[in-house]
Amino acid sequence: MATSVSTEPIVQIRSTPDERRATVIGIVLIGLAAFVLWVFALGVESGLQSTFNLSLPGDPDFTWVVDSRVLSFLVAATIAFIGGWVLRRTHVKRTNLGLAIALGLFVLAFLTWAAADKSFSLVGMLRSTVILSVPVTLGAISGLMCERVAVINIAIEGQLLTAAFVGTVAGSAWGIWAGLTGAMLTGALLGAVLAVLSIRYRIDQIIAGVVINIFALGLTSFLARRVLSVAQDLNSPGRFSTHKIPLLGDIPVLGSMFFNHNMFVYVTYILVVVLHFGLFYTRWGLRSRAVGEHPKAADTVGIDVFRTRYRNVILGGVIAGFGGAFLTLALVSRFEENLTAGVGYIGLAAMIFGRWMPFGALGAGLVFGFALTLQQKLGILGTPIPSEFLSMTPYIVTIIVVAGVVGRSRPPAADGQPYIKD
Amino acid sequence: MSDAEDFPEDEVRGDPDAAQPEPTTLDRIVGISSSLRQALVVPALAVLTALIVGAVIIAVTDLDTLPLWGTDPGEAFRLTMSGIGKAYKALLVGSVGSQRAISETLFAATPLILAGLAVAVGFQAGLFNIGVNGQMHIGGMAALWVGFSLTLPAFIHIPLAIAAAIMAGAIWAGIAGFLKARTGAHEVITTIMLNFVALFLVDYLLKTSVFQATGRNDPISEKVKVTAQFPTIPGFDRLNIGFFFSLLAVAFVWWLMYRSTIGFEFRAVGFNPSGGRYAGMNVAWVYLGVMAVSGALAGIAGANPILGLEPYRGTSGFAGTIGFDAIALALLGRSHPVGVLFAGILFGALRAGGREMQGAAGVPIDLVLVLQALIIVMIAAPRLVRAIYRIKTPDQDVSTTISTGWGG
Repeated sequence: MATSVSTEPIVQIRSTPDERRATVIGIVLIGLAAFVLWVFALGVESGLQSTFNLSLPGDPDFTWVVDSRVLSFLVAATIAFIGGWVLRRTHVKRTNLGLAIALGLFVLAFLTWAAADKSFSLVGMLRSTVILSVPVTLGAISGLMCERVAVINIAIEGQLLTAAFVGTVAGSAWGIWAGLTGAMLTGALLGAVLAVLSIRYRIDQIIAGVVINIFALGLTSFLARRVLSVAQDLNSPGRFSTHKIPLLGDIPVLGSMFFNHNMFVYVTYILVVVLHFGLFYTRWGLRSRAVGEHPKAADTVGIDVFRTRYRNVILGGVIAGFGGAFLTLALVSRFEENLTAGVGYIGLAAMIFGRWMPFGALGAGLVFGFALTLQQKLGILGTPIPSEFLSMTPYIVTIIVVAGVVGRSRPPAADGQPYIKD
Repeated sequence: MSDAEDFPEDEVRGDPDAAQPEPTTLDRIVGISSSLRQALVVPALAVLTALIVGAVIIAVTDLDTLPLWGTDPGEAFRLTMSGIGKAYKALLVGSVGSQRAISETLFAATPLILAGLAVAVGFQAGLFNIGVNGQMHIGGMAALWVGFSLTLPAFIHIPLAIAAAIMAGAIWAGIAGFLKARTGAHEVITTIMLNFVALFLVDYLLKTSVFQATGRNDPISEKVKVTAQFPTIPGFDRLNIGFFFSLLAVAFVWWLMYRSTIGFEFRAVGFNPSGGRYAGMNVAWVYLGVMAVSGALAGIAGANPILGLEPYRGTSGFAGTIGFDAIALALLGRSHPVGVLFAGILFGALRAGGREMQGAAGVPIDLVLVLQALIIVMIAAPRLVRAIYRIKTPDQDVSTTISTGWGG
């Protein structure tokens, strides 16, 4: 039946969540630019210079001297430009890239301001970033091994802590390699506990994780006080030495930053590559991911869901154990109560930040490693910021990251749900 | 052996009309009402098992006696047993062995009950508030400030200080609630991070001129005025009216959760967020509200060490580990206010006794942490306890599930 009603569709034009987010970030960036201008550029007397040391002692001298004010002006202008570009929303999907660049520049301006009229070892900071990123990245990888098969691993903190303890004791008694093995076995054991509790007994995975953490903290503190304080020789393990990679280690800045470390760092790089390949290019990886996304379908096809979960969670535990060994056998050479101080949870945030992918975990680990470095090194520089606020840095960064600065990322679909076979 | 055979479809609540299971020998021995007994059996056995494991740990870490096992096992056994006996006797004496011990127990229980209520409220709504520690510190600082800067008669001063603690704690927890509501950020991570931030914030504030005690260089605050200090209960040593506040809080939470509309929404969202949304509840607001209530309770818990305990000053990390013990508490009490009350008293007993155990028998108080962790595991998985002790599984047995996944 024909009518004379106009057939123009009524289209509602509303912005998508991504566009709204881009607007917010654009405005934030403009505000950030204003901050940089006001505090870092105008807050510094003109004529002052910041000197960045880009080489390690012993290597040929390589410094970068900048006029503190000018650099900050430039950074402010660039950030404002990026902010404006983001606001235009011509490339909404590139918002994150713009944000990342702007934040990187902000940090540069901050360092310039902090180092005004002083000299500052930038390469030291970069090295420390890589070193401190190791436990975070390893924690993130451990977490992602478990989460890819849909088991939430909150227990990373406890695994790191206990493995660190065992690493110290075994390392002091029988040498650093024994310490490393002991730590990895401990991680595997705690991973097995988590697996049994959450797969077989179907305890809420988060509760199981928190319980393991409480248990780990209690047990290691108890043992540290009852055993280690008495038998001090059980708390001085050796230390893994650093090795410089022949050619790559001689590259001016990047060499000292990436290629002059102990073996834990190198193994972490290799692990990231191996895992990426394994997860996305092998049959094992495909099956693991299937179990994580849709266990029922995987089961129907004949994949043993329970076996896969046990195996991956225990493997994740081994990796966490490796991370724990790093803490007491490479980073510091003794165990202290609550040595980890939240690093395991930061690793979880890094996993989410890295979108449950190995290379993402590496990148996120570096970001958090940098925040942890700021916490340590900035005190030395003597900025007007009170040390307590500097100590807060990695934790606040974690909150900002998890609150979705990266936008919503999607975990494996069956994450957190126990599998019931019928 | 397939897991399915051991655990047939009991992730869904069993048929409530099914007949009660056959009475076992245990039933006949104990003889109290069936459902109450079922509710008590698992927690009781959990505590018992934890104590047994604790005994093993004490024995194994007694460095002095360990070498003896090789040379003179009989003597070693005797020494080990007496060591364990001494430790647990101290635990008992320190917690209930005298009027003073009971005062200490209830005194220690007060902040634990309040903090446990905070966590329990969160659990009921499906939220995992691990940030109670941080919220306690922030609430405590607010109460501290009111306590030493204002001059008011006691009957106004104390309520005002508590009100300040409530607001500060609610705001701090509200940050995590807001982030969860707006961005879906998982509260486990945000609250843990806020814990650290709170600790550093307290350290900083204790060095500012506003808070720091005049003439002192260390992070310690001014003393709370007498009018804001909690009066003690005569005849009961350190026990003060804070204990009555905790009882009031138990009653309030019970009313809130089971008799009010808001509480109904909290619990509905906890049971099934999608269902709640379908019924028209604003889940985001519920998350915010739950965290605020939780933080408020945590704030009162944090005011206790400040207003109720010598030297009535704020120091670094004054709330200790109460926030984390509270998680165990809430689980032990099955997130029910009355359960939390009893669990809190139990943990208070462990603490009071634990101090005695450390002093008299030389066993570090961290053992209590281990005991608590073991208790939680077994509470969260009743099947585990039943498997260990071979108890018949009733139809309504369900593992505790608080939340699933990262929300996202």
